[in-house]
Amino acid sequence: MQARVFVTLKPSVFDPQGTTVAEALHTLGYAAVRDVRQGKYFELEIDAPSADEARRLASEAADKLLSNPVIESYRIEVAS
Amino acid sequence: MKFAVVVFPGSNCDHDTHYVATQVLGHEAELVWHKDTSLGGADVVILPGGFAHGDYLRTGAIARFSPIMKEVARFAAEGGPVLGICNGFQVLLEAGLLPGAMLRNRHLRFRCQFLDVRVEQTDTPFTLACRPGQSLRMPIAHGDGNYYAEPDVIARLERNRQVVFRYVSPAGEATEDANPNGSVHNIAGICNERRNVVGLMPHPERACELAVGSADGLSVFESILKSGRQSLVEGAFATTTGAASSAAAR
Repeated sequence: MQARVFVTLKPSVFDPQGTTVAEALHTLGYAAVRDVRQGKYFELEIDAPSADEARRLASEAADKLLSNPVIESYRIEVAS
Repeated sequence: MKFAVVVFPGSNCDHDTHYVATQVLGHEAELVWHKDTSLGGADVVILPGGFAHGDYLRTGAIARFSPIMKEVARFAAEGGPVLGICNGFQVLLEAGLLPGAMLRNRHLRFRCQFLDVRVEQTDTPFTLACRPGQSLRMPIAHGDGNYYAEPDVIARLERNRQVVFRYVSPAGEATEDANPNGSVHNIAGICNERRNVVGLMPHPERACELAVGSADGLSVFESILKSGRQSLVEGAFATTTGAASSAAAR
């Protein structure tokens, strides 16, 4: 089973990388791109009996390692 | 005094730190591999600068799970003095031994330069030999030194006098221009509530001989020796302020 974990900076945290990417896009003429937030994406291949169990494991991994709760939050999608 | 300098795969200031402890100060120091499980009876532990585990995932994020970190946490919980320099500071943050986190430098530049850092607090084992408000000229070399914590955490740090070092102008003012990375309140270094764990982004170990441009960093190391002498008289240095571990404050 595959769990996809999307880690992003909390809305209250300034994202210097995202801001720079947005500026580069504006330079390329994409004025319609109002803002960019950069994050991290993980694909976890998990041996689990159910989607719920895979989600639980992925969530634990995200809490312990994949994200830093001081500055980041995460979202999980499970696909079999 | 016996220094333990922890070596992670990717540490690159470990030998500089070891050199200062042994060759400049003439004390005993041991390089401790991150997979070791003993600090070898050291009196002070230093997590050096570098790029532990290549800074993969986040700076310090993998290093915090190294076997030696359990011992470092135990040593800190017993009141032992622990100093994290640059990447070592980032490891202490990820390990929850200090509050807050590091973001990319505001302007995304890797900053490698000498600058002035003001000593805000002198009641830590790493600033005991400094004068309050003294400016130290030390180099920084980092891409992720933009210190961040939630506003309530910052307020608590200021209230508890846990901001130990601040980036300042040559005139000693904590100005916007003097801030090299965007850190809140120009924070360059902090301590835990018990004041025995200190982390800072500048490199005191790279400023301990005039031949390398500054010897101001020696004050940090001389503080360690001074606190060691005091603790012989008073018992463990950090027990004077008490307070719970800041591990839960993360």
